[in-house]
This record gives sequence, structure tokens and C-alpha cells, in this order.
Amino acid sequence: MGMPPVVSKPAEVALHRGYQEVVVQFLTELADDELTLGHRDSEWLGLAPDIEGDIAFSSIAQDEVGHAAFCFDRIAELTGQEADVLAFARPATERRNARLLERENGDWAETIVRHYLYDTFDRLRLQALVESSYRPLAEGAVKMLREEYYHRLHMQTVLARLGRGGEARERVERALYALADEVGSLFAGSLQDTRLTELGILTASWEDIASAWCEQVAAELEDWGLPVPAGLRAVRPAEDGRTVHGAALQRLLSEMAEVYSADPLATW
Amino acid sequence: MNRTETEFNPRTDGQDLRGRVERALSDVKDPEIPALSIVDLGMVNSVRCEDGRATVSLTPTFLGCPALSIIQHQVERRLRQVEGIHSVDVEFVFTPPWTTERISPEGREKLREFGIAPPPCALASAHLAKPACPYCGSEETRLENLFGPTACRSLYYCEHCRQPFEAIKPV
Repeated sequence: MGMPPVVSKPAEVALHRGYQEVVVQFLTELADDELTLGHRDSEWLGLAPDIEGDIAFSSIAQDEVGHAAFCFDRIAELTGQEADVLAFARPATERRNARLLERENGDWAETIVRHYLYDTFDRLRLQALVESSYRPLAEGAVKMLREEYYHRLHMQTVLARLGRGGEARERVERALYALADEVGSLFAGSLQDTRLTELGILTASWEDIASAWCEQVAAELEDWGLPVPAGLRAVRPAEDGRTVHGAALQRLLSEMAEVYSADPLATW
Repeated sequence: MNRTETEFNPRTDGQDLRGRVERALSDVKDPEIPALSIVDLGMVNSVRCEDGRATVSLTPTFLGCPALSIIQHQVERRLRQVEGIHSVDVEFVFTPPWTTERISPEGREKLREFGIAPPPCALASAHLAKPACPYCGSEETRLENLFGPTACRSLYYCEHCRQPFEAIKPV
């Protein structure tokens, strides 16, 4: 295969065989990851253990849902579907978020650990999109990276603090081992489709992203004196990690879409 | 046909249609920081006036900013009041991305007067540079929380005048 194409606008997608299918599939995963986690973040509103955490999670939820909306808009440009329909009306069987992100929040430690693991992954994925052949997505990635910087910095700060000792540390350790079994879902789906890099939509392979992720996570956890479960030192992609979903996602979707479903044709 | 398209310059002093449109944009304020206009914030990317039709391209500050649609409606409403404008199109563009360096010197001063510290530096060294207190000017400040009342602000505390204050995050 020769040089990947450069696709400056949605109308040019049709010029390249297979491009539309691959880019729409990948955008769906990006959007569903951000929407699912953004909704989980919003569930802490008014309930976080301290006011700083509460404020942070409401802003982070807003950013994540904003990023999801950006990706749904890009899909809408390509397929003619409506962003709201994509966000609210698709059944669980059509969702492509990583299973890690649909889990119930669990306790505060598990929430922070999951966010930290995801933010570290998301940053590497976005960095591999800055030079994407799909320019509309590359432009968004530049913007998202600047916003996500603060999410990761916040999670690092809180995680280092929770890891210092006592019950908080025990809970962090429990969360690390519980989530290590689920991280393979992040690397499922499009990342396993070699066309994604052949078409230049993503400029790093899943192996590049996974090894950078493992290295960074292990080094940081060790810095904070935390254990590194084997599942975080080397990841194996979960084959069905983005296609098979649990009851947790079903409950999330019925709650998230409750208002929308009451009257899908309402104008806001 | 009367067509003008140039890079946006809020200081344009002309009495022509374009000048009137640009001045009108300075009346559109950030709904979350009413001391600042979208011009002060550096959100106006370009302005085009053609046959009574104004096309304004805006750069969103944060992708998920809930004020975007409010700003869009306010731009449409304000520009329709400009003599010689019959219709208004507002579009959002992402390149070049909005960064806090786009806030004008006037905008930084208005932020400070409003009680919000302007961003101290570019993003790369954000965790090193602390903003000066907008009340007493002291550099003895400490970060309380990376996040604040809106996605674009952080919370700080001034050790000198013992006041908590907000600062715009460098992005």
C-alpha cells in the first residue's frame, strides 16, 4: 500500500475505497468512550467526597461530553445521521465504547484509578491523531489534547494523594487489580484493524500505543509506591471489548436517554 | 457587489459596513464572564460581508463550552441590528485552535478588573507558573484546585491578601 491519502473535508472521503467505513467506525469508538465516561463523571455531581472533586468532575464531564459531541458531529457530516440520534437512540448492541468505561463508578478510588488509566490511554490515542489523514478529526484532536491535559494532571494528583496510605491506599490497590482485568477492552475494535494506520487515520499501531501506555502507567504507579498488576504491565486486547456490553451499560443508557426518549422530536 | 474579506481587526476605525459589523461584535459578551467581549477573548476568527450578508467564523474556547450556542444566537441577533445587514451566518472553526494566548491585552486587563487572574503562560509550563493575585498583585499564590466554576478556570489562594481567587487555565 502506498502513501496514505489526505482527506481535508467530508466530501472527499468517497474518493478513497474503504475510508468512510473505517473512519466512521473509529469516530464511533471515540465518541462512545467520551460519552460513556462523561456520563459516569456526571454521576458524582453533588456526591464527591470533597468540593474540589465535585467541581472537577462536573467540568471534566462537560469536557468529555463536548468531545463526544464533536465526534458525533463528524459522523453526522459523513453519514447524514443526526448527532442526537447517535448519542441517545442507539441500542447497547450498537455502542462501541470500551467495556472498562461503562462499569459502575464503584468507590472514589476506583473512579480515580479508571479515569487515570483512561486519560493516559486517551492522550496517546489523541497524539496519534494530530497528524491524522482525516483533517477534520486531526483539528479536533489538537483541541482535545489541550483540554485533556488537565484531566490527567488532576487524576495524577488525586491518585498520588490517595496512594499515600491507610484505607484510601487499600482501596486504590483493590481498584488497580479489579480494573487490570478490563483494560484490554480499550485496545479492542478499530485499533485491531490494520486499515486504520494504512489509511493514515491513526499514526500509531495498537502495539505502539499499548507499550507506551504500559510503560508510563507502570513508571507512575511505582513513583507513587503503588503495586503494578501484571495486567497493566502487558495488555492483551479483549476481542469483544467494544462489542459485548453488560447490564451496566443498559442501565446507563436508559438513564442518560430518559428525557430524550420521552419525546424524541422535541425541539430544545 | 460590495465584498470585503480580511483578517479580523477590532481596531478598524472605518465608517463602512465592515467597521460597523466589527464594532457590533464588541457588544457580544461572554455569558460566563460578562466583562469580556468575544473580541477581547480572541474568539472572532474572520468576518466577511457580502451583499448585506455577514459571515462570522468563531473559534470555540472549549469544545464542550455550554455558552457556545448562546454566543452564536447573540452574534446573530446583534448583527441583524446593524444597518445594511440582512442576514447573518455564524460558523465555528477549529483551526487554528483557540488558545489563551488569543486573549487581547485589553481582555487580560478586563479579566483582572473582574477578579479573575489572566493566564500566566503557555500550556507547556502550566504547572510551574502561578498567576499573580488579581486583587493585590502578589506572586505568593498557590493552586487550590485545577478546576473551578467553569471548565476554563482554576481556583487559587493568595497567601499575601488571604483571598481565594479564580484564574483562567492556560490552554
